[in-house]
Amino acid sequence: MKSKKKTKVSERLRAWDQSSFDLTDALELNPPLPKAPTPEDRESLPVIDRIEARQFAGFRKIYPWLAGLLGLVMSAFLLLGVLKLPPYGAADNPPHNEVMDRYVGEGMHETGAVNTVAGVILDYRAFDTLGESHVLYTAAAAVLILLLSSSRKGEEPPELRRIMEDDPILRNTAKVVVPFVLLFGVYIILNGHLGPGGGFAGGAILGGGLILYAIAFGYESLERLINDRSYRVTIAACLCFYSAAKCYSFYCGANGLETIFSTGTPGAILSAGLILPLNVAVGLVVALTMYGFYSVFQRGRI
Amino acid sequence: MNALDVFQLMLLGLVVICGVSACLTKNLLVSLIIFMAYSVIMSVIWVLLEAPDLAVTEAAVGAGISSILLFLTLKKLQDIRKEVRDEKQEEDEGL
Repeated sequence: MKSKKKTKVSERLRAWDQSSFDLTDALELNPPLPKAPTPEDRESLPVIDRIEARQFAGFRKIYPWLAGLLGLVMSAFLLLGVLKLPPYGAADNPPHNEVMDRYVGEGMHETGAVNTVAGVILDYRAFDTLGESHVLYTAAAAVLILLLSSSRKGEEPPELRRIMEDDPILRNTAKVVVPFVLLFGVYIILNGHLGPGGGFAGGAILGGGLILYAIAFGYESLERLINDRSYRVTIAACLCFYSAAKCYSFYCGANGLETIFSTGTPGAILSAGLILPLNVAVGLVVALTMYGFYSVFQRGRI
Repeated sequence: MNALDVFQLMLLGLVVICGVSACLTKNLLVSLIIFMAYSVIMSVIWVLLEAPDLAVTEAAVGAGISSILLFLTLKKLQDIRKEVRDEKQEEDEGL
């Protein structure tokens, strides 16, 4: 039954494609699940497995029901919690206090950012964001250490090569889409203080565009721009710049000094003091980290 | 109840359907694609809740990067399974 269905799909795909390119490998990502052991199978199993199969036979039967019950109980608890929440947008909600008044009323004037969220994240609460970005950097460094040390060096999986060379759909789509994705990422980063978005979101979009480029055209052409050395230097420089800039503004703020970065006219692209350069730094770090994760995971190096 | 409310209720229903079916599908590839759809619907809901910052991030990270990494994981698992299967076959033939 199942195999019949599969050949049907593959035949249709082959007719659609009309070339030597065979997509059936990609379709059969999941082999059929292993069947529950029959008594004859159990006899042939090693002793420990046989004991396990006997012990857990009943458990396997009730497992789906237990899982469903647990899911229902958990959702009931969560929904009860949601019921206790105050109504959305009501005037006397707990977060509507003097802090929010200050942020909404004076935020644009004090930080120069039209986007209040950016003003809060990168100006009022910049200390939290500084700590968060260092946590993220430490986690990324740990992942890279783990993946880099355990992987073989410098060989690309052959099937990846085949996809890159043979797939006209992927190549032509990427040719059209990638410039727009990258441009949109840059736009989101540079407009972080004027509209929704900012360093993290824009960096993720940039990283996605870089990954798409790498899938379609190979890593070689990207290596001129992003290699081991430029990756390390850029990320370290961005984080150092972030820390130095924030240390400067903390020092000035704590001592009541005037900073050399003016807030400018709210709404202009060159305004909001440090928020724009900080967004650029965060965006670069996030884009490189996303691309680095993909590359290291795929082929063992950047 | 105006049209926007109906639209929101439809989106919320779709989120629940996506969440449940992503758990219940046997094929992991299908499950991943449903998960991507879940992220996209969530980002529309964020826009309706007037949180465009979150919407942009959800669309970029939830539907983009994390899905790519999960697809890659699936591919690696497939390669490992294939290797194990080939080794087993060779052993059987040797015996």
